[in-house]
Amino acid sequence: MSTRLATGGTRIDRSQRLGFTWDGQPLQGFAGDTLASALLANNQVLVGRSFKYHRPRGVVAAGPEEPNALVGLGTGGSFEPNARATTTALADGMLVASQNAWPGLAHDVGVVNGWLSRFLRAGFYYKTFLWPRAFWKRLYEPAIRRAAGLGRAPDRADADRYEYLYLHADVLVAGGGIAGLAAAREAAQAGLRVLLIEQEACWGGRAATDGVTVDGKPAADWVAGTVAELQAMETVTLRLRTTVTGVHDHGFVTALEAADAGPRQRLWRIRARHIVAATGAIERPLPFAQNDRPGVMLAGAVRDYAVHYAVSPGDRTVVVTNNDDAYRTAIALREAGLTVPAILDARLRVEGALPERARAMGIPIKPGHAVAGSVGRGRVEGVAVCVQAGEGAVLETIPCEAVAMSGGWSPTVHLWSQAGGKLRWDAAQLLFRPDPARPPIGADGAAIVTAAGAANGVLPAGDCLEDGVAAGRAAAKALGAKPQTGKAATAAAPEEAPIEAVWCMPQGAPPALRDKIWLDFQNDVTMSDVALAAREGYESVEHAKRYTTLGMATDQGKLSNIGGLAVLAEARGATIPEIGTTTFRPPFTPVTLGAIGGEARGALFKPTRKTAMDGWHDANGAVWEPVADWRRPFCYRKPGETVDQAVAREVRNTRRNLGILDASTLGKILVTGPDAGRFVDTLYTNRMSTLKPGRCRYGLMCNENGFLFDDGVVARIDDHSFLCHTTSGGSDHVHAWMEEWLQTEWWDWQVYTANLTEQFAQIAVVGPQARAVLEALGGIDLSADALPFMGWTEGTLAGIPARVFRISFSGELSFEIAVPAAHGQALWDRLMAAGAAHAIAPYGTEALHIMRAEKGFIMIGDETDGTVTPQDLGLDWAVSKKKDDFLGKRAQARADLTRPDRWRLVGLQTLDPRTRLPDGAHAVDGTVLPTGIRRTIGRVTSTYMSPTLDRSIALGLVERGPERIGEVIRFADGRGHIEARIVDPVFYDPQGERQNG
Amino acid sequence: MLQLECPVCGVLADETELVPGGEAHLQRAGPDSTDDAFADYLFTRANPRGVHFERWCHVYGCGKWFHAARDTATLEVFGTYSAQTTAPPDDIVAAIRARRPEWEGPA
Repeated sequence: MSTRLATGGTRIDRSQRLGFTWDGQPLQGFAGDTLASALLANNQVLVGRSFKYHRPRGVVAAGPEEPNALVGLGTGGSFEPNARATTTALADGMLVASQNAWPGLAHDVGVVNGWLSRFLRAGFYYKTFLWPRAFWKRLYEPAIRRAAGLGRAPDRADADRYEYLYLHADVLVAGGGIAGLAAAREAAQAGLRVLLIEQEACWGGRAATDGVTVDGKPAADWVAGTVAELQAMETVTLRLRTTVTGVHDHGFVTALEAADAGPRQRLWRIRARHIVAATGAIERPLPFAQNDRPGVMLAGAVRDYAVHYAVSPGDRTVVVTNNDDAYRTAIALREAGLTVPAILDARLRVEGALPERARAMGIPIKPGHAVAGSVGRGRVEGVAVCVQAGEGAVLETIPCEAVAMSGGWSPTVHLWSQAGGKLRWDAAQLLFRPDPARPPIGADGAAIVTAAGAANGVLPAGDCLEDGVAAGRAAAKALGAKPQTGKAATAAAPEEAPIEAVWCMPQGAPPALRDKIWLDFQNDVTMSDVALAAREGYESVEHAKRYTTLGMATDQGKLSNIGGLAVLAEARGATIPEIGTTTFRPPFTPVTLGAIGGEARGALFKPTRKTAMDGWHDANGAVWEPVADWRRPFCYRKPGETVDQAVAREVRNTRRNLGILDASTLGKILVTGPDAGRFVDTLYTNRMSTLKPGRCRYGLMCNENGFLFDDGVVARIDDHSFLCHTTSGGSDHVHAWMEEWLQTEWWDWQVYTANLTEQFAQIAVVGPQARAVLEALGGIDLSADALPFMGWTEGTLAGIPARVFRISFSGELSFEIAVPAAHGQALWDRLMAAGAAHAIAPYGTEALHIMRAEKGFIMIGDETDGTVTPQDLGLDWAVSKKKDDFLGKRAQARADLTRPDRWRLVGLQTLDPRTRLPDGAHAVDGTVLPTGIRRTIGRVTSTYMSPTLDRSIALGLVERGPERIGEVIRFADGRGHIEARIVDPVFYDPQGERQNG
Repeated sequence: MLQLECPVCGVLADETELVPGGEAHLQRAGPDSTDDAFADYLFTRANPRGVHFERWCHVYGCGKWFHAARDTATLEVFGTYSAQTTAPPDDIVAAIRARRPEWEGPA
């Protein structure tokens, strides 16, 4: 039974009891507990079910490498799946739920997958369920989806707050163990700004637990003294419970803080001139049969739980190892008053200082021995002992409640490797360590990361301090600071004898055992799976990883990586360094999307652009529609009206009486300077430089591929100046496009551009009564003679300085009035008041769209999609044949853009006027392509019920369309077809008499 | 996240302040160009593993375009310089040669 010891626990405060629930069961822990230590103290050894076979799983580790103890935290909007119990601080009232088990953790029906394990081997997704094909969609996939996977996704919006902030430092030290503390101190003493970040809730790393002394005193004293010294320095910032999750390009660093107050998590975005990675090492499991049974834990974790949290894993713990470090666990357990029935050491010679001490304490040591398998129902009840050199013949079975295993330690090289640092294989210590000759480099080509301590492959506990000092001084030197040169403190720890390679336990384990040797607990990958992948040709480590899923998911192979490489190496007859590692990519531990998004969600995700009249629209029934970053009224709904009814009313009223539209979102870019004419001639397909001041011209802009991307009316202001109107969504892009050409191609042209879009409010006054209402306001002569169609003038309208453009996007008599934005609402109010006598009514974007479609006017983004030329749209009249050059001219002469069978703009009238063609519907000609797909000959680009014509209308692009006027073609509509006649795209007032009035 | 110094305003800008504009020093093919030359201009881009000249725009800063000489594999930056040039300036070429003696020079 796993329990709390009566005394001890360096990290817990027994005076503060915290209550929490585990799958509904009320439990208690202490302040300072992690969720994992609290669960273990309550004998909750079974904490989850495995991914594929639903095998019972327990806590294995005590840190971020934990593969099994993933739990659901909280409820409702604060629910978080896949939280690692080992790194989650226990909080009072915490709601904790197990994952991946149905109906419950102890009785899980998914365990049947385990009986089917022979069918669920490596690559089973790709093989087993291929046939019959139809079964995949209806049977296999839903079944696998229900059974596999980790935690469930939250079912509602995240109720918590998150934030991200920026930090800058000269030196960032990741890891607050003795190496990191020493490095931080050296860098700070050299006068540098230092940021020291530690993932755990306290400083000092493993040193205190591992019996290290500094200058003859316990390491804890030196840690406390150094932390106090650093805290007293203004240039040093220290952060606990913060994990450096990634070192990205050019040394950009992200760190995730589990915040105590305020937001739930903080993501720190850090720029440091140099990074010291003092991230320690992660212990490796040993590969023996049934090594995934709850109660089998890493030796270091057993020690941590006993020393930090006073958790007994059980009365009897068998230690199994291939190195000296695990003896510390045996000693710690004995010192806590618990029993270690045996230390099974795979090595034949066992004579280091630590083994001697264990021997002196009376702990039985069995050199050359190994575990043939763990035994027990659910959790560990004993281990079967064999010799490491053999094939697993069981010599005896030792009863026990826990197994502490150690396969050696792997430096946590993630930060070094993420930014491109290379590793070298250390054959003596059996580990990959940073190769100082090939570090990750920054923009200037110099190393940006220095590894220190265990992360640097310096495993002996006594040597870490010295390595940290060296790293801190090296970092200071690299930044041009003057580090201290004197002798630093000296750490000491017992000498350790060399590790011996144990990549399979026992070394001759037959297939039956290898089937049960787990390499990756989280993904249920066994030794046999990796060997099978190699036999099937997945020889590259990257392929083997993806085929077997070894090293994937939330733990990213922190425990399984080296073990898997060793098996792959054996299968291929290669060495581990020849196989190499998979790529280390950020993040080191999972980062929530909430933290990445920070405050940028909801209304703060992106600002909404609002026009000067936005408040009026909102108060008068506007149904909002996003248009680029703007919001615009789709229509103005009156009480009792549907949206469709409102739109139809707005169209009819504008055509019969008077409509008013907020057109402020229209882009307005001033192009001015001696070369402005030459420039607009280059931007637009037609000639703009011949335009006279006071006149307007419709123009098209194409990219260098010849495709139309924006359109609008250009007004000539004076000799040097043009006001270019763009689409509402295109103003920023068009302005950037102009600047790009001016800055990078024609930088000698004297042209200045300014995006004035938001400086003006623009109001379109549209309909037969448009002139009457403007004359009522008074101030400018707007008669047909004074201001003909496509002319503009300026003056004072109703006392407001205004420009009036006589342009029309509706086909009606229409004036667009631009006034300084601050006067927009005043003019709108005056127009509404003066227009009351003429039945004035505002209209929204949908009425605008319908009226332009009735006139056959194209809309960028509807009729165009980046593959459509002006010629395709019948706009040849707006493409100059005389100009030497304009953007897109050369491309429009390319073979594909001149071929006669291109899809071109036509009007479409359904044979049944009540039927509206679906938007985007494809026209088919009845033939079938070799691919089995029906050949398409066109598509619908705009489609509406026209209130004016009282029938459906549509625009579309059809192969050789204009040559086929009168022809009836068929559009696919789900299962059936809709027939439509090809007609001229101008449905209404083809002579343009209304707008010219 | 890359950092590039904008030569116009002098700010050391994070990549999120910038937009990339692809290969630098392209020669625009005009209306008289052949089909092949024009297709080259539109579609063919150098994609070297190593020294590369790129266009960047400091869009969330001063709004100006500039050029950068960069190693696409190691992400080293040899320098940034004005967009108003048709070839990398001498000091940039010298900075590249100092770090990449084997470099064959601008195409």
